[in-house]
Amino acid sequence: MAAARLSGTENRLVSLPLSRIRVIMKSSPEVSSINQDALFLTAKATELFVQYLATYSYKHGRGKEKNALTYSDLSHTAEECETFQFLADILPKKILASKYLKMLEKEKQDGEVREDDDEDEEEEDEDKVVGGSVGS
Amino acid sequence: MAERPEDLNLPNAVITRIIKEALPDGVNISKEARSAISRAASVFVLYATSCANNFAMKGKRKTLNAGDVLSAMEEMEFQRFVAPLKESLEVYRREQKGKKEARKDKDKKADSEEQDKSREEDNDDDDERMEEEEQNDEEEVDN
Repeated sequence: MAAARLSGTENRLVSLPLSRIRVIMKSSPEVSSINQDALFLTAKATELFVQYLATYSYKHGRGKEKNALTYSDLSHTAEECETFQFLADILPKKILASKYLKMLEKEKQDGEVREDDDEDEEEEDEDKVVGGSVGS
Repeated sequence: MAERPEDLNLPNAVITRIIKEALPDGVNISKEARSAISRAASVFVLYATSCANNFAMKGKRKTLNAGDVLSAMEEMEFQRFVAPLKESLEVYRREQKGKKEARKDKDKKADSEEQDKSREEDNDDDDERMEEEEQNDEEEVDN
């Protein structure tokens, strides 16, 4: 039988690498073993998730007017949509988009400013953080 | 298993392609948005694995199976994924079956394979897993 042709069809079925998905699943200490169907389904579900997160954030985000998908669209989704709430920790709401862009500019200039440094404080007082960390 | 932290990331090129295919043509996806979605996808895998594992534990099973992952989707409020996932799984199973038969014809090791399958429930069968890994690698190369 044409094995090469079969695996070609499978590439259309799922495009994320199963071996990598397995490594991520196995990094969870309580998991002992995963059968091939479960591995395939998780990979496929992750693809559907990426599509859904992207389209949801685009539709509900402000970037739509500018024909763009931005980080703040995503953090907005994590904050507003209950289904995506589990992402709130890794997609923290940052600062106003305009300030964020300014910060990026500065970041390019001095190449030193790290996002991590700001994360804890910026929710409290945006102006202060922008002023404090970037030194404007 | 000791893995490097970057092993927990998904390949950016693939993630970007999936996003682009999902959005209308010409939408610009910022670099931050891409890496954020990629991180979110890794977290999704861990979250789904943990939910699925709870279902396996409830059923006193050590090996995560398809049903566990589908139950996890419902619990995570991604019910909308369940129908398309079931469809894909059917296609996938047909393909795997075809492949397995192709291999059986080749090396006549049908018996040992069946045994591996049944043992998989109880212990981590490294041979079978290695075999699967190899298979996956081939698929990626084909891509």
